[in-house]
Amino acid sequence: MSPPHSPGLLRRLSGVPADAPLLVPAAVIGLTAVGLVAAFCFAAGWIGPERLGPKRIINTFNANFGEHPGFRRNHAKGVCVDGYFDGNGNAVGLSVASVFGQNRTPVTGRFAIPGGNPAAPDAGGPVRSLALLFQLPDGQQWRTGMNNTPVFVVNTPQGFYAQLLATAPDPKTGKPDPAKVAAFFAAHPESAAFRSWVKTHAPSSGFANGSYYSINAFKLIDGHGGERYVRWTFVPDTPYQPLDATQKHPADFLQADLQTQLAQGPLLWHLQLTLADTDDITNDATRAWPEGRQVIDAGTLTLISAAPQQGGDCRDINYDPTILPHGIAISDDPLLAARSAAYSRSFNKRTAEEAAQGARS
Amino acid sequence: MKEAIYFARPLRWLHWLMAPLMVLMLFIGVFMVSTVSTWHNRLVGVHKPLGMALLVLVVVRLVVRWLNTTPRLPSTLPRWQQALAHGSHWLLYGLMLLMPLIGWGMQSAAGYPVVLGGWVLPALVPHDVALYATLCMAHGLLALVLFATVVAHLAAALFHGLVRRDGVLQSMTGQARRGRS
Repeated sequence: MSPPHSPGLLRRLSGVPADAPLLVPAAVIGLTAVGLVAAFCFAAGWIGPERLGPKRIINTFNANFGEHPGFRRNHAKGVCVDGYFDGNGNAVGLSVASVFGQNRTPVTGRFAIPGGNPAAPDAGGPVRSLALLFQLPDGQQWRTGMNNTPVFVVNTPQGFYAQLLATAPDPKTGKPDPAKVAAFFAAHPESAAFRSWVKTHAPSSGFANGSYYSINAFKLIDGHGGERYVRWTFVPDTPYQPLDATQKHPADFLQADLQTQLAQGPLLWHLQLTLADTDDITNDATRAWPEGRQVIDAGTLTLISAAPQQGGDCRDINYDPTILPHGIAISDDPLLAARSAAYSRSFNKRTAEEAAQGARS
Repeated sequence: MKEAIYFARPLRWLHWLMAPLMVLMLFIGVFMVSTVSTWHNRLVGVHKPLGMALLVLVVVRLVVRWLNTTPRLPSTLPRWQQALAHGSHWLLYGLMLLMPLIGWGMQSAAGYPVVLGGWVLPALVPHDVALYATLCMAHGLLALVLFATVVAHLAAALFHGLVRRDGVLQSMTGQARRGRS
């Protein structure tokens, strides 16, 4: 065997003593480094089996609705509202959250319609949403994102992703392919409850006279650590009127009507806490709890003003429903973590776009 | 001044306590943002308090390091490796300090309350989404730099321990020196 060309120089430059072993240590060091990097890439999801992550969900929203820089990827069209919540003390025995005491908590909210198109017509679908941020005096917050339907279409993040794929617009018609949508409903029988509810409950004529439901279950925690599963509903004082489907509505009628109503005076909702019985299912947003559950009126939400979301107080808020004060906690509903992860991704993208737009202007 | 052979005992403890926690933290960080499973919330719930704990530990560590003499690198080590060693160590300290501060700052800039145990921590910076966008990007990019530096640091430690056998690895493990000195 011939000796290597200039062992002395290479070893001297790399600080390797002349008699030091090389092959085995090099293998140990190399395998350690490569193994660690590979494990890291695996943890991040860059290699290995495809996993359902926020990136894929948010990218699919972009694919379905187009790019709308600076806007939320879902519920992109909305309006900011401001007001306060007056607790009445009825729920203090159930939760230590200060919002339930006999006091006033400032609220920053947002009404919206689903979908990633910020210019969608308001009458395009039956679903509306109300998101609220309660700013508690000690710096804690309660954030909630609610819909005007008590149940959700699906009960898993995978189901939600399947629905997104199935409702992608057909390039030929610009509308979802009915066959794909039908196939999705057939493959997801849990969606039947949502569909039948929407069929039998016409949406309200405006944002102001709609009820808004927490959809997911949560937990209330009392001063002794006792837990009760809960769903909440904001029930309007303004009487419900079904939307007149025979009439043609302007594209922004929900926002315009809200502005008109608020100009006449504040709008009120009652917070109703529905407590689960011990056997009620808490991890399935497609299943409502049976009638007859204990309901507690915990206080009144008063909204006093509205403002366009561009420049409004709600624009820079991520209504992540897992941001909760002490006394309220997430349940075992798998949609909650998915909402948190996906909302966060949407927030990261739109704030980066907003910052870039700000830098350009 | 007495020549130090080993890092002071508290520094060695802090090093071996923080090293696995930091690696865990980096893995948790990249994993938690990649999934919509319930691991997301569970791990975010670990990431934040663990980051705060690491912030406290690195401050203690910097103080302890300031108060103690540290072993010198062997004079036989090539100049470029000495420079790399010093540079990478200050990069590690800097990132160990910056990462939790940026993490805390980005939470504040996003308007999220930073709650630790029963306490609401003060916001480091005001609610400002443009600032949030910058901090968020920095947190992600610096995490990759930190991970790369940690891997390089580990490889260099093994190089000292397995190839050069010059006592540099032992200065942190506290083991008696074997072989050449």
